[in-house]
Amino acid sequence: MKIIVCIKQVPDTTEVKINPTTGTLIREGVPSIINPDDKSGLEAALVLKEQQGAHVTVLSMGPPQADLALREALAMGADQAILLSDRAFGGADTWATSSTLAAAIRKLEWDLIICGRQAIDGDTAQVGPQIAEHLQVPHVSYVTELQVGEKAIEVKRKFEDGWQRLRVQFPCLITTLKDMNQARYMSMAGIYEAYKREVKVWGLADIDVDQANIGLKGSPTRVKASYTKGTRSAGKVYEVDPRDGARIIVESLKEKFII
Amino acid sequence: MNISEYRGVMVFAEQRRGEIQKVAFELLGAGRGIADTLQEPLIAVLAGTYLTDAQAASLIAHGADRVILVDDPRLGVYMTEPFTKALTAVITAEKPGIVFFGATTIGRDLAPRVSARLKTGLTADCTALAIDDASRNLLMTRPAFGGNIMATIICPEHRPQMSTVRPGVMRRLEADTARTGETVRFACRIEAADVNVEILEEVVQKEEKKNIEDASVLVAGGRGLGNPENFQSLQNLAEMLGGQVAASRAVVDAGWTSQDKQVGQTGKTVRPDLYLACGISGMIQHVAGMEESGFIVAVNKNKDAPIFAYADIGIVTDVNRLLPALQEELNRARSV
Repeated sequence: MKIIVCIKQVPDTTEVKINPTTGTLIREGVPSIINPDDKSGLEAALVLKEQQGAHVTVLSMGPPQADLALREALAMGADQAILLSDRAFGGADTWATSSTLAAAIRKLEWDLIICGRQAIDGDTAQVGPQIAEHLQVPHVSYVTELQVGEKAIEVKRKFEDGWQRLRVQFPCLITTLKDMNQARYMSMAGIYEAYKREVKVWGLADIDVDQANIGLKGSPTRVKASYTKGTRSAGKVYEVDPRDGARIIVESLKEKFII
Repeated sequence: MNISEYRGVMVFAEQRRGEIQKVAFELLGAGRGIADTLQEPLIAVLAGTYLTDAQAASLIAHGADRVILVDDPRLGVYMTEPFTKALTAVITAEKPGIVFFGATTIGRDLAPRVSARLKTGLTADCTALAIDDASRNLLMTRPAFGGNIMATIICPEHRPQMSTVRPGVMRRLEADTARTGETVRFACRIEAADVNVEILEEVVQKEEKKNIEDASVLVAGGRGLGNPENFQSLQNLAEMLGGQVAASRAVVDAGWTSQDKQVGQTGKTVRPDLYLACGISGMIQHVAGMEESGFIVAVNKNKDAPIFAYADIGIVTDVNRLLPALQEELNRARSV
């Protein structure tokens, strides 16, 4: 069987700090990592490679630096790595991103696509289901366990209030949660090998996609404004009675969009 | 696409086992304000099986002008394709300018699929919604980058403007049974071939104990609460805020709660969107585990408590008297 794992290189948002005086994001020195939900999806695919001889392709869309994430995936054991990188793909929202990834996937042979549920920099959880829609195949999101049969996959799908066990025929797409497994480390031999192997780079000319459906131009949404939630040092202390204290707290939570 | 043809604010009324979910009423509350600003109707879509007029009436009582019932035996349990087909058909027929879904494990599965099929934009997990005065576009604000920044997203040239909305954020309206509205049944045939996923087993269970590291809101208690009963009372407040209870080391050592709730150097490092420290003095070992939280509120009767140096909002008062008042204020804020 052939599996495509879509991965995204993301800044490790748990390492991101806010400059307390300016209130802006400090991006310097923040490490880039394979998005955790994607890495678990990759781990699941690599287990299928070991158990059943599955062929694993990792696919990523991003700037040239995303090469590093793909080499990490090769060092973990993936068979093939493809980087979709072109200025024309830049500025894409989830709709345009999924349409670009789907165009690349159409060039490949596959039975199963695995995406992480969501990326820690955007947290949208949209790209996986949208790829499946562009390819007109079924998808199951929030997968925490999977078992592969000859023609179908059985998965455990999580909800807030329970779970389902589902069977889906190939070809299909699933999105995985990071809790489903503990991703392996790169092997020393794998790291050495990974730098000798090829990461294919595909640009606009390599895929068959309508330019109206990619990049900023193909994105229905736009970021109108972005701002940090404010500075930490501006804390205020009030000596008040309990009732007024409760009011102050509720007002501040409203201002911060917490309630 | 002729944008001016698209009118009305539509809300996907999520149901599970026939029970309309809380978030549906919150979306109606938010949608009512948006619809009034635009002077357009608020439409609720309820998809399921054996749908009743009583269900439609409750949606109207909570703000809907029009309820669309999509009743089909294949819509009994949520499945992606049957629901995508139903919602896409309703949206194509009704042409709403805006569609809201709850940002639940159902809404976040369904909305991307619908948006891809309709070729329109979708903004995830919004926490604030407004209408731009000049363009009349929907302004969708959401946290991004691990909650470090807020971004306002627009969808200017495609319709409908779609977003999923974080549960527990929007205010539901008080039910008003005197409100009137129209209920229509929408015919949409779901074929056997649309059921492209087979359900082998379904289990309903309250979520297993979550880790405090994963909570977006933490209500943390310290020794200043005085006794274990007062500490237990934090649970209710945490639930109201959609969060969990955490604790200082002193409280864990005293046996008021379990070790897995402990924040700090010898406990867990957390960074929720909101950290509400109740009766915690803020020893450096505790602060090390929570100082990166998005917004820190501290309540302590000692004005010299070190926690105030790290708090965005500090309240010097009797925490045990503040807590019930805070719950009342939260209830009031939500029902306005």
